[in-house]
Amino acid sequence: MKPSLPLAMVLAFLLALGLAPAARAANEADYKTAYSAAEAASKEAASLRHQWTVTVSALAAAKKAADGGDFDRAVAAAKEAEALAKASIFQATTEKEAWKAMEIR
Amino acid sequence: MASSIRVRATANGDITEVQALIQHPMDTGFVKDAKGELIPAHFIQQLKFECNGKDVFVADWGTAVSKDPYVKFSFKGAKKGDDLKVSWTDNKGGSDTTTAKIS
Amino acid sequence: MKARASILLGSLSAALVAFALTSPRVVAADKVDPVADARAFQNFFFQKFPTVKHEDFVNGPYSMNEDMKRQWQEKEEFPPYEFALDAGKEMFATPFKNGKTYADCFPNGGIGIRQNYPYFDDKEGKVVTLELALNRCREANGEAPYSYVKDEMASLTAYMAFTSRGKPMDIKIPDDPRALAAFENGKRYFYTRRGQMNFSCASCHVQSPGERIRAEILAPALGILNAMPIYRSEWSGMGTTSRRFVTCNSQTRAVPLEPQADEYRDVEYFLSYVANGLPISGPGARP
Repeated sequence: MKPSLPLAMVLAFLLALGLAPAARAANEADYKTAYSAAEAASKEAASLRHQWTVTVSALAAAKKAADGGDFDRAVAAAKEAEALAKASIFQATTEKEAWKAMEIR
Repeated sequence: MASSIRVRATANGDITEVQALIQHPMDTGFVKDAKGELIPAHFIQQLKFECNGKDVFVADWGTAVSKDPYVKFSFKGAKKGDDLKVSWTDNKGGSDTTTAKIS
Repeated sequence: MKARASILLGSLSAALVAFALTSPRVVAADKVDPVADARAFQNFFFQKFPTVKHEDFVNGPYSMNEDMKRQWQEKEEFPPYEFALDAGKEMFATPFKNGKTYADCFPNGGIGIRQNYPYFDDKEGKVVTLELALNRCREANGEAPYSYVKDEMASLTAYMAFTSRGKPMDIKIPDDPRALAAFENGKRYFYTRRGQMNFSCASCHVQSPGERIRAEILAPALGILNAMPIYRSEWSGMGTTSRRFVTCNSQTRAVPLEPQADEYRDVEYFLSYVANGLPISGPGARP
């Protein structure tokens, strides 16, 4: 059962991160910070040719929510977009070598 | 423009087997285009096969038939060299006709 | 999302471990050797499916499933790509505004040459696909290029493939470092996982051909391009090689590249080369 412990810790940590800002309503400044971080990560993913469709839609959802004045939702969507973009960057980086494991030779 | 109907009819003894492929969008009226606007319904309402002046196959169709429909059936009473006339009309007044020789 | 991320993390680290284990072989294979790659690629499929005739691989899912094969054989008596084929034949023969035709752009008047595409163009230093060559032909004659994924392009390639049916795929890789790099890049693209689903082309078409993905049967990667372009019942229409790549990418939730991007040209080069010797069967019909 060893691997489940760090997993639980990661989950708890992420949960805590996700819940903390919910204590107060997010404002436009929060959204702008979250959005620009997400946008930067997604641009990096795109430049690596590893963009995910879900990142693009999360970014669009963030923008739409912010335009409608719902900054709580906008910040949440922007954070999700950032996490997705970072995961795609991670994929791009590891696959630089890892693809060879799948090769028929 | 080539005909919208492809048809092949082969007589084998008393039985004639017919296969036909028709080029038609068969739009149901429920599908939206890239701009999000409904594509109006556009479908074949009647498809008819005639042989020696007699209807041998008549289909009254609606929107549930696929795009570019394919039909296969067989009938009795024709022989090699007879003419088989195929025609369709759609809900927008469009139509097409072709005649094939039974081989 | 969090759970998904950790699963991804897990599978990636598993992949890394697997990579670490195989790395001595990787080092040994640093030199690009297309001949050995093609042999290994074909042998993999021949051994995985010992009962499938070699030339049958180009028929995709039908080579993997008897029931589907029977349905397809019946369908081939009256194939759904017939309209596109006739349209392509007509377009091919119709002169441009300047009086020239497609035949003027291609060796042998464009007839029976599908098996030589894509080829490596040493002036440009890049891979040139049939679709690209067709649009360049149009532009050179003052015509607007066609969309790479839509019907006109599919009709033209359908006709060109039809005139080449049965001819063995014959892709050449010249002894040019840029051609070898293109081949290697295509191979890398083919095996690289992408999209949120973390799939590579090989996840489906090497690891699972013959298996079901929902109601579909996956086609083997070997000879998969020999059948292009295809009429897909799912699309209710024709699709080009470009369209196949683009939709494959988006199905794994990866943002597709623009049609005829360098990567797509390279992966077409790789996949066509490893299918050398297998007959052209396009245009094809797929469910």
